[in-house]
Formats: sequence, C-alpha cells, structure tokens
Amino acid sequence: MKHFTLAAGLLVATQALAETPVLSVYAPDYFTSEWGPGPSIEAAFEQTCACDLRFSAGDLLPRLMLEGPSTDADIVIGLNTDVTKKARSTGLFAPHGQNNTDLDLPIAWTDDVFLPFDWSYVSFIYNDTTVTTPLNSFEDLTKLPDGQKIVIQDPRSSISGLALVLWVKAVYGDKAADFWARLAPHILTVTKGWSEAYGLFTDGEADVVLSFNTSPAYHIVAEGDATKKAAIFDEGHYAYFELVAKVAGTDQPELADQFMAFVMSDAFQSLIPMTNWSYPAAQPASQWPAAFADLPAPAKAVFHDENTAADLRDIAIEEWRTALSQ
Amino acid sequence: MTAADWAALRFTVMQAALSAALSCVFAIPLARALARRRFRGRDIIVTVLGAPFILPVIVAVMGLLAVFGNNGLVNKVLSFLGLPLISIYGLTGVLIAHMFFNIPLVARMVLQGWGAIPAERLRLAETLGLRGWARFRVLEWPMLQSIVPSACGIVFVICLSSFAVALTLGGGPKATTIELAIYQAFRFDFDLGKAAMLALVQFGLAGLAAIVTVSMSAKDPFARGLDRHLTTFKFGLGAAFFDGVILILISAFLGMPIFLVVAQGVWGIPDLPVSVWWAAVRSVIVATASTVLCLGLALALARRWGEIIGSAGIAVSPLVLGAGLFLMIRPFANPFDMALVVTIILNALLSLPFVLRILRPHAESIRVDYLRLAQAMNLNSAAWVRWVLIPRLRQPIGFAAGLAAALSMGDLGVIVLFGTSDHATLPLKLYQLMGAYRMEDASAVAVVLLLLSLAVFWICDLWGKRHADL
Repeated sequence: MKHFTLAAGLLVATQALAETPVLSVYAPDYFTSEWGPGPSIEAAFEQTCACDLRFSAGDLLPRLMLEGPSTDADIVIGLNTDVTKKARSTGLFAPHGQNNTDLDLPIAWTDDVFLPFDWSYVSFIYNDTTVTTPLNSFEDLTKLPDGQKIVIQDPRSSISGLALVLWVKAVYGDKAADFWARLAPHILTVTKGWSEAYGLFTDGEADVVLSFNTSPAYHIVAEGDATKKAAIFDEGHYAYFELVAKVAGTDQPELADQFMAFVMSDAFQSLIPMTNWSYPAAQPASQWPAAFADLPAPAKAVFHDENTAADLRDIAIEEWRTALSQ
Repeated sequence: MTAADWAALRFTVMQAALSAALSCVFAIPLARALARRRFRGRDIIVTVLGAPFILPVIVAVMGLLAVFGNNGLVNKVLSFLGLPLISIYGLTGVLIAHMFFNIPLVARMVLQGWGAIPAERLRLAETLGLRGWARFRVLEWPMLQSIVPSACGIVFVICLSSFAVALTLGGGPKATTIELAIYQAFRFDFDLGKAAMLALVQFGLAGLAAIVTVSMSAKDPFARGLDRHLTTFKFGLGAAFFDGVILILISAFLGMPIFLVVAQGVWGIPDLPVSVWWAAVRSVIVATASTVLCLGLALALARRWGEIIGSAGIAVSPLVLGAGLFLMIRPFANPFDMALVVTIILNALLSLPFVLRILRPHAESIRVDYLRLAQAMNLNSAAWVRWVLIPRLRQPIGFAAGLAAALSMGDLGVIVLFGTSDHATLPLKLYQLMGAYRMEDASAVAVVLLLLSLAVFWICDLWGKRHADL
C-alpha cells in the first residue's frame, strides 16, 4: 500500500511539474541580465500566472527572422520603433489586444500590434562641472569650446545612434547635411554602441554623450551624483519607445494575453523606472518615483512613424557619413 | 557594393597592412633584446607579453585611452609641462591600438624562433667572432625569414576584421571597416545576401594574405642541433644601450594601459556579485575545452596548406560563422540551449590560425630534421606524434595553448550572438554591467577577466617552458 501511494504520488507530482506551462519571452541582453528589469518582472508575473516564464536573451530581429514561423517565442520584448516596419513585415506578430488609450505617452499611440512598455527622450548628457556653456538647442552644440567634445554612437550599428540621425533629420529636414558638417569638428569619436560611448563619457574622455534624458536618474539614485545632466533642446526631442509584442504562432495564447495585460498593469509598470531607467508607458507622471518626475524634460516630442523612419533612414545615415568623413 | 563599401574596403586593407608592418618593425628588436639579455623580471615580461592580446577589445581600448586619450596620462603630463596636447583619434589611434595588440604576439613568435636556433650555430658564430651585420645576416635573418611572414600575415588578418577598435579610435565613419558593413547588414538590415558577399570579400583578402605570407616563409633554415642551450651572449655597449631603450619604451607602451585598467578596477572586486564568479568558472571551462579542441585540430593541420585552411577561422567574420552555425543547428535542436558548445567550437576555430602560425614553422623544422630517421626506424604515426613531435613542440604548444585559452576567455563576439543570461561567461557579464550603467563594476570584472586570462596563459606557458629555454 505504501509503495502504491508513493508511486501514485510521484506520478502526480511529475505530471504536475510537466504541466507547468512555459512562457517563452525573447528579450535583449540588457533586459534579462540580473541588473536589468527581467528578474523582477519574472518574479512578479510568476506569482499570478502559475507558469514558468523563461527569458531568452540575444538579438531580437535577426534571430526571429532566422527562425521564421517555427520560432519558440511567445512574447517578444525590447524592440524599438525604428525597426517595427521590418518586424511587421515578418508577419510573425499578432495584435496586442490592449487599450491604447490607457497609455500615457507624449504622442498618441495608434499601433495595434506593438505596445510600448517604457519610453524616454533621446538627449545629450553632459557633465555640468566641466561644461558651462548653455546647451539649449542643437546650435548650442556647435558652439562648444574646443576642448570639450561630444561622443555619439554609429547609426549603422547602434539603435540610439540611428535615433539621433533621425532626430536631426526631423529637426533640420533638408539642412541636416549642413548641420552635421558644422557639428563634425566637435565630435570626438563615434562608437559601436551605447556602452562604449557612455564609458568614454564617465571616464572623462568626452564631456557630452548621446544617451537618454532618463540616464541622470541612475546617477542620482544609485550613486548620489547630480553632476550629470540632460541637455533639453527647444526644438524638441526624439521620443524613444521600447515595445512588446505577442507572437502570432504562440503555443500559449492565453498566457501570452495574460502577459500583455500584465505589462499594462501597475505591478509591471512600477518596476520599470528603477530597473530599466526609463519612464513607464502606462503610468501618469504623478505615480513615477520622485527622481524621474523631477528630471528635466522637453516640452515637445519629435517622432517619425515607422514608414517615414524607414524611408529617411538611408538618406539620413548617408548625409551623416559624408559630413563626418571630411 | 556601394561607394561607402569601397571606401571601407580601402581603409580596411590600408590600416591592416600598416598595422602588420609596424608591429613587425617594433617586435623584432624587442624579441632580439629579450633573446640575448637575461635580467631579473625577464620571465615576467615574456609571460605578460601575452596580456594585451587577450584583453577583451573594449577593456583594452579604455586602457589605451586612459593613457593616450584626450583626458589621458600623456596629455595630463603634456599640459603640466605646457606642451601642446595630442589627439590620437584617427589613423594614428587605430595603428596604436593594433600595435598594442599585436607587437607582443609577433615578439613572442620571433622569440620562439630565437629559441629554435640550435646552440651549435650560436657558438660557432661566437667562435668566428661574428658581430653586428654579419651576425644578423647569418643567424637572425634566416630565422626571421621563416617566422616573420607568418606573423605579419596573421596580424594583417586580425586587423582586417577589426571593427569596434577601428571605429572608436579612428574618430568616425572615415575609419569604417568591412566588418562594420557586415555587422550592419546582418544585425540591422538583416540583408543576409549582402553580409555574405562582404564576408566573402574579407575572406578572399585574408586568404590572399595567407597564401602570400606562407609561401614567403622559408623552410627550416638551420640543421638540427643537439639541444644544448646557450645562455651567454657577448655584445657591445651600443647594443646593450639600444636593447635597454627598446625594452623600456615598449614595456611602458604595453604596460601602462594594462596597469591603469587594473588600478581603476581592482577596488571594486570585493563587491562583485556571486554570479560573476560563476561566470568566471564557466569561462575557464569553456576556455579549456576549446583549447584542447584547437590543439587537436592544429596538430593535424600543422603544414603549409593546413595553415592556409586554418586561417579561415579569423578570415571569416564571426557574425557570419555564428549565423551559419545557428542555421545548421536549428533543424535539430534549439541553438540557444547549445550556446556553450557552439561557443567552444567557434572559439577553437577562431584560435586555430594563431595556434597554427605558432606551431607550423617548428613542426616543419622537426619534420625536415627527423622524418627521415623516423621512417628509417619504421615509426608509426602515433609513435611519431608521441615521442618526436609533441616533446619537441612542447614550448610552442605551451605558448599556443595559453594563447588559445586566453583568447577564448576574453571572447565576447561569439557569445553575444548565442548568449543567454543563465550561461553567461565573464565577457558577457562585463558587457551586461556596462549596459546597466554600472561602469565601476564593469571595470572590476575587466580586472578579474584580465587576471584570470593571464593566469590561464601563464599555466600553459609554464608547462611548455619546463625543460626548455626561452
């Protein structure tokens, strides 16, 4: 009798274990690392879902395109608006099913497939102990003294670099090439990605770096350092949204829908500021932590929809490249 | 190929050729100085010569900028002295960085060549009273002819696929290399056709370089010796002075950036989370496995044609290799579950060219010297390998294994394509920390990585140096 109970118990246990559904989420590396939002989001979601959320880190779009419809992903998180056209063309994504009016963003969000979960403004961060000239517009950047240089990311390899080039194109239009030619002498160098550029900035090698207006929040909160400030331009800043989407061929449709609803909930949104150092997309500013609500923010948001972004991309990059290669 | 691609191609070839030439020019006198002098600390210098090459690129770049950058040590000294400041951003910066990585490699390879000159020749030169130019012509030049073309070739191929270094230190898009174009085509545009085409161009260039340099290198220039070693050289005051200057200058050039990297990061080590130490363990295991695989392949390929084939490892862009492997594995298993296995294989392939460059000249000499005797004795292949090849190759194997292991430890490129946070290796942790604004923790991890890589390198090298004289 004892053996029978034991065997039955084991059988039931393994069955239960075998039946815990797995939600497979593809995310970028910074998201899933122990210092990113991944672990806290996983813990919060698993409390309510009776499932196992598994992150899979790596390059999102190339991987999805290599895998095609046979992908294991149920949710993809961490895309940004400048690549949504290509992502949409894969046909792999399903409508998110959430209410766009619940979002609190500087622009009206109309996309039914890609849902923003956090956002910030692309902006230049400077060290206010060394940079004393006011930086209130793009033109002010060209007036920096000789010893103070800017470091930016390459738009051909970095998503933030691409955002900068599109931002300049939005502000200057046909005169973008001329602006780049005037800014070129002030640019120290161009790096492959955000990490290298920010490392150069924190090492004191460059005095101004291209980053996001929420970057100073990290220094204020984690380091107690208030010397790094975002330069707020009168022309407005490019709004940078990070997106989450449901995969159409998911084998866990109810779980995936549950996760998308979870993204809009306070449980998820309040985790974002202190782990991903960005503004939460579905919470009004009154609910943000003080460090974020007090950050200087631009009055105007500049944004290209995905078709304009795709059309302008090659021209904008080529203008940038020619001007800086002189 | 667009105009931008052609510009990238021109720049890539130019900087790679210049880097290779300059590295060899500075490495040869350094190796000579180390070969003929014995002083306290010489062994440490010889071991640490492996260090710059094994640092992850981003760490080395930060170290170089800490010395040569606009806010770096050199400029601080210059401004203190009231002299005009220097800015290395541009071709100069790219060449400095490439020399930083490659002078130690070439110097070690040439030093190994010095060690392979039979003592009998050196003694004969002493007896004949050969000095200066004559000594160079008789002893050093033949040795250089067999080692330097290979070394030059491999530096050329390494610099061919340089990307982040060239861009950051090159100061902007003028310094675009083909690798960036491949990166953009693959990760951003997902234009696999273009990525493959550019990778083929890069491969073609590297293949050409490999064929040219391997055919230029001379076969065994000296007959075999009796394996006694000579430690005393006689040389004049002028030579001593020259050696001293070279040693001090190049040691400072190589040592300062590393010293600054360590000084900046070592304080943060006690605060590192446990996951970093687990990543360190994983890195060491992956490094060991890939080294063993690499050595096995290299011993099989230690011939001229094998060296050319083996160069494919670095001639092909790691992105393309990774994507190809991904596509190959996908029908059978989830590639991301096999991340560590794939990393081991790719690291072995990436280290293979270096290991071959180091082993091939010596293996060739051994074959020329001893194959006839072995055949006369009817030695079968296993016995040949066990009793003749490996014992005589011990020293280069030690160096090559150390290099392969250290390269694998510091490798970021491959793991980023396949990496998952659960199986992170140390370089990935470094990158994750940088991406999360935690620059001090990242510096600390860089130091751990550096020290661990050096330790691994030193252990392998030590094994190789027992019973040998370098």
